[in-house]
Amino acid sequence: MSAAIDSHDHDDHEHHGAPKGIKRWIYSTNHKDIGTMYLIFSFLMFLIGGLFALIVRAELFSPGLQFVQPELFNQFTTMHGLIMVFGAVMPATVGLANWMIPLMIGAPDMALPRMNNMSFWILPFAFTLLLSSFFLPGGAPNFGWTFYAPLSTTYGPPSTDFFILGVHLLGISSIMGAINVIVTVMNLRAPGMTYMKMPLFVWTWFITAFLLVMVMPILAGVVTMMLTDRHFGTAFFTAAGGGDPVLFQHVFWFFGHPEVYIMILPAFGIASTIIPTFSRKKLFGYSSMVYATASIALLSFVVWAHHMFTTGMPVFAELFFMYATVIISVPTGVKVFNWIATMWKGSITYETPMLYALAFVVLFTIGGFSGLMLAMAPVDMQYHDTYFVVAHFHYVLFPGAIFGSIAAVYYWMPKWCGRMYNEKLAAVQFWLSMIFVNLTFFPMHFSGLAGMPRRIPDYSLQFADFNMLSSIGAFGLGLTQLLFIYVLYDCYKRGKPVDAQVWDGAEGLEWTVPSPAPHHTFTVPPVIK
Amino acid sequence: MTEQGQQNSKIVKRLLLLVVGMFGFGFAMVPLYDVLCEITGINGKTSNVAAVYSEDEKEKTEREITVQFVASIKRGMPWEFKPSVAKMNVVPGVVYKTSFYAHNLSNDNITGQAIPSVAPGLAALYFNKTECFCFNQQYLKGQEDVDMPLVFFIDKDIPDDVKTLTLSYSMFNITEQVKAPSSAAP
Repeated sequence: MSAAIDSHDHDDHEHHGAPKGIKRWIYSTNHKDIGTMYLIFSFLMFLIGGLFALIVRAELFSPGLQFVQPELFNQFTTMHGLIMVFGAVMPATVGLANWMIPLMIGAPDMALPRMNNMSFWILPFAFTLLLSSFFLPGGAPNFGWTFYAPLSTTYGPPSTDFFILGVHLLGISSIMGAINVIVTVMNLRAPGMTYMKMPLFVWTWFITAFLLVMVMPILAGVVTMMLTDRHFGTAFFTAAGGGDPVLFQHVFWFFGHPEVYIMILPAFGIASTIIPTFSRKKLFGYSSMVYATASIALLSFVVWAHHMFTTGMPVFAELFFMYATVIISVPTGVKVFNWIATMWKGSITYETPMLYALAFVVLFTIGGFSGLMLAMAPVDMQYHDTYFVVAHFHYVLFPGAIFGSIAAVYYWMPKWCGRMYNEKLAAVQFWLSMIFVNLTFFPMHFSGLAGMPRRIPDYSLQFADFNMLSSIGAFGLGLTQLLFIYVLYDCYKRGKPVDAQVWDGAEGLEWTVPSPAPHHTFTVPPVIK
Repeated sequence: MTEQGQQNSKIVKRLLLLVVGMFGFGFAMVPLYDVLCEITGINGKTSNVAAVYSEDEKEKTEREITVQFVASIKRGMPWEFKPSVAKMNVVPGVVYKTSFYAHNLSNDNITGQAIPSVAPGLAALYFNKTECFCFNQQYLKGQEDVDMPLVFFIDKDIPDDVKTLTLSYSMFNITEQVKAPSSAAP
């Protein structure tokens, strides 16, 4: 079915390159341009979210209140989480999907280019809405990125309604993006590209897209319930009216847990692409990787209440969610095993994408292990809502999802702009990131185990040293990302031109097109043997 | 439309159906949650309907269970609200009577609604109220006070591991909600 490409449609396109000027970007239906816009937008959000994190870390540098009052502190922690999850990590992987999926499966573009344009251009509006809430009376949302009721319903500031509309918009954007990926993968694969021949990045994104289509509507539902609770007299989450605040947590985490896999699965795909390239071996256990990804996605729907062990659940429910969560470590373990087995006896070289991929494997595994600790219901009572949780999810998000995305940018940047980045500078940028990310988040394990609660602007004196280390690390980590901007700029302006096969060990259709990838590729589908 | 376009829109339609279905499922979780909690009693919600005491409950047991009473007021409600006794030792299968005291400290007329919750949650299924102020709204004029009765018995089938049971009432100010519909009427 993939062969059914209407040929004269594409002949028209072949004669012109990219349109000029601003209209190229506003009206763009080209997957490469839209991918670029997604990546730039997500990096901008990453910097804004990072700035909020630095304000938080500056406040936490020493005990007592220095820079911001608790009300403002709460707004910054909340917006940091929202911006990073929905503005930085998710759009970054969508950008990579836009750029790479058509190139990897031999498609001329995404299947629904007009919708692709729309799903990107919704995002700036959604985040303008969200960020403008800082300037409203009552300030920005201050109830944490998980917006638990009744904090967000009864006690939420007026700007909560901006937040609700913003979440609706970015939810629509994500759903459209996901539908586009699914249709592209199902309909536009080059002849001979069977499902089990697809590159693993395409597979992980295909599964991620299904997760998005299934849980983003749940998120839309829960914010709609909040909206009606706030303004239209319903009582979904108000005990006085017969509702239940705990219900909020159930509905939210039914979205929230698959959401964490939405953020990490594309990074799994990236690691599975980069590690074989620089080990100069085929990926070990391709089909087990596919099945492992699918089973992680399925299991992610039955573990949500492990976020809620302290709500007073009955023991049998705690046991169920504890065991279900622990089972997820089996397919995840399969993946880590396969990555290591791929490297086994390979001819490994350590270019920057590989460095990032290796750091990803090691640090994500650390985050996975602290996740297992949190999954144990009896000990979670101790860890719940402490900095241990903060350490855990930052280990799976920063050196997990974000290192994965940075690795992907280094890996494919030469293909995108036809020039090689400065390997030395990039390696420096990697090692600084590696050191500072650990300096920032590793001490949080200890302050958390010692009992420091999260989301509080002040803390008692015994946590002072750990927090000082974290804050120093955070500022270093932030500055290192400015170096990242420079490396990319330098690559774009002054990098050495590269040929089509950028990395000698790389396999896949994306390396058969010239570098930089022309505006239109695969107008005639390649044939896969 | 090309063949490709037709195939695309077929998949898009199915996926949109899935999106709508999942949006609906989000709302379906609300009644599902309520039904599940009612059947299993896992969230400590007690029944809103008065239980009927039957004589065959009266089967002599040696067990005694401590029932603790807790009352709390939601933020900003100018009432005093407390149990008349903090705890009672009760025998399952026997009917007991106690009361809660509420006092409106302000000069305004206020309607309150008490929401019960039992801990441990699973014990909620065995806690039966034959008469409870929480079945109705409480209307107190300014400075008025009232003793509100609670008549209950504990099912003799309550699991053996339950030695202490806490009954907690949260009092909510629902004056606004009550006023809204009545003010609409002439």
